[in-house]
Amino acid sequence: MAEPLAQPVSNLIQAFSRLPGIGPKTASRLAYFLLRADDEIALNLARALEELKARTLFCSVCLNIADQDPCRLCADPQRDPTVICVVEEPLDVQAIERTREFRGVYHVLHGAISPVEGIGPEDLKVRELMARVRRSLETETPVQELIVATNPNLEGEATAMYLARLFKPLGLRVTRLARGLPTGGDLEYADESTLANALTGRSEL
Amino acid sequence: MAERSRSYRTRAVILRRRDHGDADRILTVFTPRRGRLELIARGVRRTTSRRSGHLEPFIHVDLQVAQGRTWDVVTEATTVESFRGLRSDLGRIGRAGYVAELVDAFGQADPEALMGLWELLLLALRELDTGGGHPDLLLRWFEIHLLGLMGFQPELARCLGCGEPLQPVTNFLSLQAGGFYCPSCGERLEQGDPVEATVLKVLRHLQRSPWSAVRSLRLRRSTQAQVESVLQRYLAAVLERRPRSLHVLHRLRSLG
Repeated sequence: MAEPLAQPVSNLIQAFSRLPGIGPKTASRLAYFLLRADDEIALNLARALEELKARTLFCSVCLNIADQDPCRLCADPQRDPTVICVVEEPLDVQAIERTREFRGVYHVLHGAISPVEGIGPEDLKVRELMARVRRSLETETPVQELIVATNPNLEGEATAMYLARLFKPLGLRVTRLARGLPTGGDLEYADESTLANALTGRSEL
Repeated sequence: MAERSRSYRTRAVILRRRDHGDADRILTVFTPRRGRLELIARGVRRTTSRRSGHLEPFIHVDLQVAQGRTWDVVTEATTVESFRGLRSDLGRIGRAGYVAELVDAFGQADPEALMGLWELLLLALRELDTGGGHPDLLLRWFEIHLLGLMGFQPELARCLGCGEPLQPVTNFLSLQAGGFYCPSCGERLEQGDPVEATVLKVLRHLQRSPWSAVRSLRLRRSTQAQVESVLQRYLAAVLERRPRSLHVLHRLRSLG
């Protein structure tokens, strides 16, 4: 049977449907939108995609995705290099930066420990963090605190426990983001772990 | 076929989950009547989700599920047992991950084996949570009972060659045949691993005893290691792969 779609269209649909959260219907809708839209829209997208791979790299210090090495955050003399916030993914750096509360630097692990998925500590950028901390201990600005900002789920907690086990013996302060009730939440719907954490981490008014 | 209700309620243990779309997750759960299921939990990656805390790996939950086209949808979730003790220890998290991977791998079991598998899973999680028994011994007991339930029970009493009862001497394990050969039949085997009498004795004890009769067993480290090696090679032969959680388990276990 003859292929009902022109080859370039079906290529694009296939490419879109490999993206997370995009099924075949959405992929077709996007492809036809681009086909009918101004050339400029499609070309801008094509250029952005090309640059995405060609002009990004991993910062050699924090392993975040960056357009320069070291990245803008690591190169900024205003940031405090003695406090490292450890996150799972590059998007988490953005989330914490949006709070404008944190003036330290970051380290991106690129994942979290997950036994069921077969992801162990050696699959994360932990070795790099250890090397970075050890290097800093010989400088005038040794790392003093690791803020473990992994997700408050099983994988994130396991990763946090592992990091504490590894870095506390070096004399570092290892802290964890507070866990408890979300703003706008409803107490009666909270699960017992969240409530228990909120009780343990309660603060004085 | 009887008319199917559009929603159902079930107990479940969360085995694993993966992110889907902006804030959804696809959960792999094990249930006592329907076996292994893939369900979608919408919006649970948002911090304001009311369900997310109930849908973490290894939690025993009560679920209300609506039938959907691709995936059935979790509409309500309430924790029955959260196993907080288990999740506060790296070694136990690693072991629970291994248990979950095995149940996931064997989860499409025969309907009559489902309830047994469900009880085995809960017993393992409860023991990892609060139990005083040796957690590695628990894994060995879990492995051999899992194999039995799934119809892969290794033959530990009689020689697979001549059918004579196995004697307390070094016998030969055949992974392909699923059991042991006596020394004289074993000599003719192309691939047979010699296994000490003590190891076979421990395997038999694990196979025929409930956990309550096994939990206080104390084994020499070398015997424990050999029992582990036999069972894990046997499981890998049945699954046709080595469970991927094993290397993480070994790493986390080494931390104590």
